Formats: sequence, structure tokens, C-alpha cells
Amino acid sequence: MSNQGKMDCGRRRLIVATAAVGGAGAVAALVPFVSSLLPSERAKAAGAPVEVDISKLEPGQMMTVEWRGKPVWIINRTKDMLETLTKLNDAVADPKSDKEQQPAYAKNQTRSVKPEIMVAVGICTHLGCSPSQKFKQGAEEGMGAEWLGGFLCPCHGSTFDFAGRVYKSKPAPTNLEVPPHVYLTDTRILIGDDKKGA
Amino acid sequence: MAAGNYEKYKSDGSIGGNVLEWVDARFPATSMWKGHLSEYYAPKNFNFWYFFGSLALLVLVIQIVTGIFLVMHYKPDAALNANGVPIAFASVEYIMRDVPGGWIIRYMHSTGASAFFIVVYLHMFRGLLYGSYRKPRELTWLFGVGIFLVLMGEAFFGYLLPWGQMSFWGAQVIVNLFSAIPVIGPDLSIIIRGDFVVGDATLNRFFSFHVIAFPLVLLGLVAAHVLALHETGSNNPDGIDIKEKKDEHGIPLDGIPFHPYYTVKDIVGVIVFLMAFSAVLFFAPEGGGYFLETPNFYPADPLKTPPHIAPVWYFTPYYSILRAMVWNFFGLDAKFWGVVGMGASVVIFAFLPWLDRSPVRSIRYRGPITKVMITIFVICFFILGYLGTLSPSPMGELISQVCTVFYFGFFLGMPWWSRMDKFKPVPDRVTMK
Repeated sequence: MSNQGKMDCGRRRLIVATAAVGGAGAVAALVPFVSSLLPSERAKAAGAPVEVDISKLEPGQMMTVEWRGKPVWIINRTKDMLETLTKLNDAVADPKSDKEQQPAYAKNQTRSVKPEIMVAVGICTHLGCSPSQKFKQGAEEGMGAEWLGGFLCPCHGSTFDFAGRVYKSKPAPTNLEVPPHVYLTDTRILIGDDKKGA
Repeated sequence: MAAGNYEKYKSDGSIGGNVLEWVDARFPATSMWKGHLSEYYAPKNFNFWYFFGSLALLVLVIQIVTGIFLVMHYKPDAALNANGVPIAFASVEYIMRDVPGGWIIRYMHSTGASAFFIVVYLHMFRGLLYGSYRKPRELTWLFGVGIFLVLMGEAFFGYLLPWGQMSFWGAQVIVNLFSAIPVIGPDLSIIIRGDFVVGDATLNRFFSFHVIAFPLVLLGLVAAHVLALHETGSNNPDGIDIKEKKDEHGIPLDGIPFHPYYTVKDIVGVIVFLMAFSAVLFFAPEGGGYFLETPNFYPADPLKTPPHIAPVWYFTPYYSILRAMVWNFFGLDAKFWGVVGMGASVVIFAFLPWLDRSPVRSIRYRGPITKVMITIFVICFFILGYLGTLSPSPMGELISQVCTVFYFGFFLGMPWWSRMDKFKPVPDRVTMK
């Protein structure tokens, strides 16, 4: 109170300067703590490609392999399943796969390299649950009579067709992701890389 | 202060008195005891609803004590053991089967989590009934909302630790919520997980948050909540200020010392609570699948989502609001608005002190509009909570959208409906109904 009216401006500048330097130091000290929250070098290195043998995958069957901790589905689609895709062009949100959810070589009607073999990351693009198989048509899967088969996400009800295309007006914003993959031979797929011999 | 206490609290000559005098000259022991207990004057008309504050404190102690003992055996490790079971999941099973007394400590902790939310929800409802958040108790209310938020975080982190199917997929969904935030979202969710998928890094940091960071913040907020309350004095079911009528010693005419009057009353509440708590513990420790969900008895499998996933009951109202948002607005997709709705439905409680414009605090002197609005709000809260436990369905979606509108309408319309209502004159002194 007694200091009122006679502030020492030189001292005040020194206080501000000291506080600014101290504050900058405190912010700098945050760097190691925040960066420690990022994925570690080991986590970044853990994304090695996975090789899969699909010779025993019969038409109509699906297998799941793990790649980068995520489920990757490989579906051997039957003719009937493939026929549903054209019928659904009006029912799905992105029928032509315009959004970047697949490598260029899978941007086609079947979203695959070989028409019958679908490779997709089995993680719903909404909040990351893994959709479940609802392969049978009609009311048999409890999906309503007009259901042509595909996938239902149990968490928030998004539905996908046999090419992993999301239906309109569902919580999931985009089609399922098609991971980079390449056929090493006719029945061996490398998932996570699309250059042979890499 | 020290000198003041030295003057104030003189020994009666006994050994105990001398020790206390020595302490009081150096630490405010007697003055704190008096200020917060034996000479803290609380309104004499507290009713049933006033049990839940002290019960929340009791549950906090239960959680801390059982937590300390659980950490002695629990291992936050997502790697698989020799039997192909994740080590974290196996260590919880080890606590349940092989650690003497481990099963009951674990069930006390898991039941305690649900009990915590039950008493906190009732405690908050009391505030709503009697206008406890109104001026001058806004800060007490804000600290309370802070406690509620931290408690939700604490419960969420804790639920991952058993590394069961529901732990894993629940965390997967909630962390992915953050990725819906424009621009920073995807990186933010990676920072939260510490990996590109929920994994060992996530489990370990959630463990750290659950046992160190959040409990520390929680204790600090609880202290601030009680200190702020004791600064303004407690509200009461009549919503009137007892400090306005004081006797010649400056003691409120309608106040009674917290200790022994309310400590003894609260012991009754504690006993009844512990009876109910023990009944759950011994006869239904999983709370019928609501306190511990069945899929969580299966180890986490990153390749397979359980057919039905739902959060634990105390999160389901907000989860329903998340699911109710299915429209894209302003070029941002429904996922983002779901997250916004969910966040807003929790944070909006903080604004109550400024939304409520009623001239009286307590529902006892408020008219039919308030009573109808609170009833609708509570019904919607329960419906949302119930729908959140179910699988998504078109009917459920519609009902949850209607309830979401009422939920937010209750808060956002409050500045108008709280003023429009009829009011009865408040009494001068508290009433003993």
C-alpha cells in the first residue's frame, strides 16, 4: 500500500523479463514429457508387413489376420456376393470409392485387386470397433428383409457391403480401409506393402 | 497465526493438554478442528439427501485403500504369458483366485466404482433440488463438477486395467472419439494411446493416470470443494441463508455444530450404506452385469469386437447422446457432433449457477414448472441411461434423440422457465419437515 504511486519501472521491467525467461524455460521443460507420450521408436518399427496364404480360403469364407495390431479381413467373395455390389450403388455413401480409403489399384467396383478376393482393415471408420459378419441375405441375420449381406458394426450400427462400402446415413463417415497389399503368388498375399520383394 | 493460536488454545494442565498446546503453537490443529467440525455450524434441517456428500467421502476412502492393495498384485502388461493370456488379465484372475482375500478387495474396488457414481449422482440431484449451486456457492459447485469429470476419467482409465474384451473395445471407442475433433483429432488420439492401436503403451499410461495423476487431482479438488463450502456455509432444504439470523455470539440461530450432530447422523447413513454395499459385494458382486460386464471376463482380443458393447451404466446417458447425433452440420460429420453432444451433456452442469434465474433456491418454494422440468429431466436421464446399455436400433435412436432434446432443453431453457414459474414466499427460519 505504501508503494502506491511510486512504482519503479526499471524493476518492473526486470521482473517481467525474468518471468518471461522463466516461463520459456518451464515450457521447454514440457517438451520431453509431451514427446514421451508419442509412440515410441519400437512402436513405430512394429508395422512390418504380414504374409498370408489364402490357398485354403473357400468361396464365401473369410479369414482374419493381424497387421499392426488391427484385424485385416480377407474374403473370398462368391459370384452372388459380387452381384450385390452393383445393386447397392445407390444405397452406399461412396459407391465409387472417391475418398482415399484404398490404394489406387483398389479403386474400382469391387475395391480389390482380384475381383473375388477382398482385403480390408476390419475396423469400423466410426469409432474403431470391428464389424461382425452378416453374410446371409434377408431377415435371416436379423437385419430386415432388404438386407443383401455384408457387415454390421455392433457398436453404433454402421453397415457395410461385401466391398466394405458404408451404407448411407450411418455413423461411419467412410468406407473400410483397404490396406496396401500385393500378390506374391496366386495364393500368397503380402499385407502392408505393395512392392514385390520388399 | 501461530502466536494467535498460542494465545487462544491454552493447556488445561494435563499431559494431553500440554501436547496439544505445543502442537497448536506450531500447527493449526485445534483451530482446524473447530473451524471445520466442532464449530462449523450447519443448518439444523438437513434431511435424507444430505447423506451423500459424506458417503462420497467414504467411498473415496474405500477406493483408495482397496486400490493400494490391488496394485500390490496387479501387473499392467499387455504381453501374453506362457499360456497365451495377457499378463494384465491373468494378474487380475490371480488376485481373484490365488491372493488370500484378493477376491473381496477386487470386488470392493469394482463395486466401489459404481457406488461412487450412485452417491455422486444423488449428491448432485440434491444440489438441483435445493439450488445448492446458487450464489454464493458457485465455486463449491464448480469444484464439484471438476470432481465429477475427474471421476469419470478415473473410472474410464480404471476400466481398461483388467484388459478384458470390454476394457479393450470400450477404450478403443472412447479414444477414437477424440480423433473426430477437426485438425488435431487424429494426432491427439495417437498421443492418448501412445501407439497406433490400443496396446501395451495405452495400458501402462492409463495405469499411471489411474493410480497417480487422477487420484492426486481428485484429492485436491475434494479439499477445495469442502473448503469452499465451509467458507460460504452449507445450503439447506429451505434454500435460505442461516447466517442472516445469528445469536449474540454470532452463531446462526438455525445452525448446529457439524460435530457431533452431523457426524453422528452421518454414521447412520454410513451403516445403511455399508449394508447395501456388502449385500452387493456378497450376493451380486457383478451387479447383474451392470457393475462388471460379462465380456470383461474374456481377455482382450484386438481382432474381435464382442457382439454387444456398451459402457458401464454410469456413462450410458452420455453415450446415448453420442449415438443420438446422426446428422452432419456445417460440413463436419455426425461423429464430431456426437462427441460435442457427449462432452456438452457433461460440462453443461457447470453452468447451472448462471442458468438458474429463479428468485428462490429450493424446490420447496418453487412452482409447478420447476417440478415438471426436473421430473422430465430425470426421466430423460434414466431413459438415455437405459438405451445406452442396449444395441443400437432405429426406435432407440429416435427416443434417444427426443430425450437429448429434452436434456439440453432443460438446461438451455432454464433462464426462461426458471423465471416464469410461480413462487411461494420463503420462511424466515428453516423448517423441520
